[in-house]
Amino acid sequence: MYKMQLLVCGGTGCRASASATIVEKLNESLKAHGLTEDAQVVTTGCFGFCEKGPIVKVIPDNTFYTQVRPEDAEEIVAEHILKGRKVARLLYENPETQEHVSDSRHMGFYQKQMRIALRNCGVIDPENIDEYIAREGYSALAQVISDLTPEQAIDMVKQSGLRGRGGAGFPTGLKWEITSKFSSDQKYVVCNADEGDPGAFMDRSILEGDPNTIIEAMAICGYCIGASKGLVYIRAEYPLAIKRLQIAINQAREYGLLGDKILGTNFSFDMELRYGAGAFVCGEETALIASMEGKRGEPRFKPPFPAEDGYLHKPTNVNNVETFANVPVIFLKGPEWFSSIGTEKSKGTKVFALAGKINNVGLIEVPMGITLREIIYEIGGGIKNGKKFKAVQTGGPSGGCLTEKHLDTAIDFDSLVAAGSMMGSGGMIVMDEDDCMVSIAKFYLEFIVEESCGKCTPCRVGNKRMLEILEKICQGKGNMEDLDHLRNLAYVIKDTSLCGLGQTSPNPILSTLENFNDEYIAHVKDKRCYAKQCKALARYTIIPEVCTGCTVCARNCPVEAITGERRQPHFINQDICIHCGVCYTKCKFNAILVQ
Amino acid sequence: MTKIKSLDDLRQKKQQLEQNMEIREKSDHPESLVQIKVAMATCGIASGARTVMNALVEKIKKENIAAVVTQTGCMGYCYAEPTVEVKKPGQDPVVFSYVDVKKAEEIVDKYIRNNELLDGILPANYQTI
Repeated sequence: MYKMQLLVCGGTGCRASASATIVEKLNESLKAHGLTEDAQVVTTGCFGFCEKGPIVKVIPDNTFYTQVRPEDAEEIVAEHILKGRKVARLLYENPETQEHVSDSRHMGFYQKQMRIALRNCGVIDPENIDEYIAREGYSALAQVISDLTPEQAIDMVKQSGLRGRGGAGFPTGLKWEITSKFSSDQKYVVCNADEGDPGAFMDRSILEGDPNTIIEAMAICGYCIGASKGLVYIRAEYPLAIKRLQIAINQAREYGLLGDKILGTNFSFDMELRYGAGAFVCGEETALIASMEGKRGEPRFKPPFPAEDGYLHKPTNVNNVETFANVPVIFLKGPEWFSSIGTEKSKGTKVFALAGKINNVGLIEVPMGITLREIIYEIGGGIKNGKKFKAVQTGGPSGGCLTEKHLDTAIDFDSLVAAGSMMGSGGMIVMDEDDCMVSIAKFYLEFIVEESCGKCTPCRVGNKRMLEILEKICQGKGNMEDLDHLRNLAYVIKDTSLCGLGQTSPNPILSTLENFNDEYIAHVKDKRCYAKQCKALARYTIIPEVCTGCTVCARNCPVEAITGERRQPHFINQDICIHCGVCYTKCKFNAILVQ
Repeated sequence: MTKIKSLDDLRQKKQQLEQNMEIREKSDHPESLVQIKVAMATCGIASGARTVMNALVEKIKKENIAAVVTQTGCMGYCYAEPTVEVKKPGQDPVVFSYVDVKKAEEIVDKYIRNNELLDGILPANYQTI
C-alpha cells in the first residue's frame, strides 16, 4: 500500500505544459531513490486551477505545487517525498499577503467552490475504471436498475430539480419523462459533447477527468426512458477526451457494466461515439441529430421534439455532459440533498470556465446563487494587473454582458436571463477598462456569421448585415441611424430565426447597446474609442514638451503626415493620418500620445 | 478482467479497490482523523524513521483506525529521533521520542486507542500554520 500519492494533472492545458514529461521524471526519481513502494504517481483530470498549471498535488498532506516543470520533479521527490520538506518555491503564493499556501483547501480559489460534477476531476485516474468504482462509481446505476422502477428513478431526478446545463435550463427529469412516454422498438440516449462556446471547456474537462460518470449517467437515463443504446456526439478536436472516453467504454464493457443484462438484471445498454466536425450549430439538438445521421448539421423546426422524433426518427433524449455528470450523485446522496443546494428555481451547482482579464483563469464549480463578485474577486482573485472591472460576458455568443451593477446579483438560470444574458454552457469572460465593448460585440458577431448554418434567412443575412454596421461604426463611419437599424435588426433576428443559434445571436449586441450605450455613441458621434481598441478611431498626437525632434516618426510615417524641423517638436496632420500607429511604435521618447 | 455480475459483486469490488483511494479520501478532511506525523529529516531517517512509519501504516490498517500518517521535516528534536507527533481531533499535538517499531505499536494501542500517555513525551511548545 502506498503511503503517498503524487497526483499530476493530465488535462489538456497541463499536458500542453509538459505534464506527461513530469509524470515520467517523477517516476524516474522515485525509482532512483528507491521509493517506488512508498509513493505512487497518478495522472488525474483537471484540477481547475489552469492559470498556475501544471499542477502536482501530494497526498495525504494536500500539498499543492503550481507551475511545475519537468526539472522540478527530482527536487519534489528528494525533498518532499524522501525528507518531508515542502518545496516552498513551487507553492501557491497568496497574491495579497505574498505568503505561501501549501494546502489547497486554504486557497481562495477553492474555498468557495463546491464540486459535484467535477467531484472526481483531479482526484482519480480517468483511465482506470477501478478508481472510479472505489469512489462509489456505478453504485448509482446498480441501485437504480436493481431496486427502482424507471418511474421511481425519473421521479427522483424530477425531485432533485436538476436543470439542463447546456444553456436553456430545461428540467432534466421532465425531459426524461416525456421521452419515456413515447413507445418505440428502439430509443436513444444522446450525450451532447459538442461544446462550442468560445472560452468554455467544462465538458471537455469532465470527459477528460471523469469519463465513467457520463457512461454511468447515460445508462441510468437509458433505463429510465427505455433505451438500450447511447451515443456521445463529441467534437473531433477533443482528441484526449475521445481517447479517455473510449478507454472508459472498453473497460466498462469488460466489467459487464455496459452490454447485455447488466449486473444480472434484464437491462441492457451499450454506447458508442460519434464525431462532430466542430460546428457551433451542432450543439443545437436537432442539428446534432442530423449530423449524427450523416446529414448536414442543420436544425429543423420544433415540434416534433427529439423526444418523439429524434435520431433515425426514434424517440431520443439529448442531455449535455455536465447535466449527466450530476445524475449519479442525485441517486447516491438523494434528491433532497441535491435540491438543498442552490436557489429556489435553480438547484445544485454550475461549472464555469473563467477566462479573460482575471487573475485565476480556470475551471470552477460553485453553488447556484453565488454572486458575480464572489466569483470574480474571491475565487478569480480579481482583475489582472489591478485594472478596473468593466464587464463579464456569460453564455458565449448567445449570452450578454453583465456590468458592475450586476456584481451582487445571485446567479442562477433565471436571474441571468432577467439581467439580459444567459447561463449558456458557463463560459465567463472577464473584461477590464481596456476592452472596447463595441469590438467585443463585433467579435461575437464575427463568430456567429462564421458559424451560421445558412438555413434560415434572418440568421444568415441578418447577422451579416449587423456585422457590416458594426464594422462601419468601428471604422468611425457610423451615424446615429445605424444604432437604430442595429437595434431593429437585432429584434427581427431574435423573433424570426429558426433555431436557438439565431434567436440568441443578437444578445451580445442588445446587451452592450443596453449597458454600454455611451460607448456606441462615443464611437458614432465623437468618433472616439476610449478603450483604444478601434485602431481607426485612435488619434495620435505628439507631446511637444517630450518630442526631441529626432525625425524618426516623420521618416517612418507611410503617408508623410508628420512634419517638423530637426531638433524641433514635430506635428501630426490629422487630415492625412491613417491611424496606423507606426509613429507610436517607433518613437523612443514616448512622445506620441494615443487618445 | 472478470465481469461484475451483480450488485453484491460490485460492492465487493468496491471494497477491494477502496484501499488505494483511501489516502486521497482521507486527505479531504484530515481534521476529523488522527493525524500522525513522522519526522523524516536526515537525522530521523538515519535513526530508523522509515521503518517506524511503515510499522505505523501497517498497524493503523490492521486495527482499522481512522488516521492519516504523513511524513514531515525536521521537528528540531534531533537528539530524540525518531520522533512522532500525534494529533487527535480537537486535542493538542503530542510528540513521542525515541520511537521504534515496538513503541510505535504502543502509541497506537495506548495513546490513540485509550488516551493513555506513555513515557518519553516531548514538550510540544511550538505552533504550526
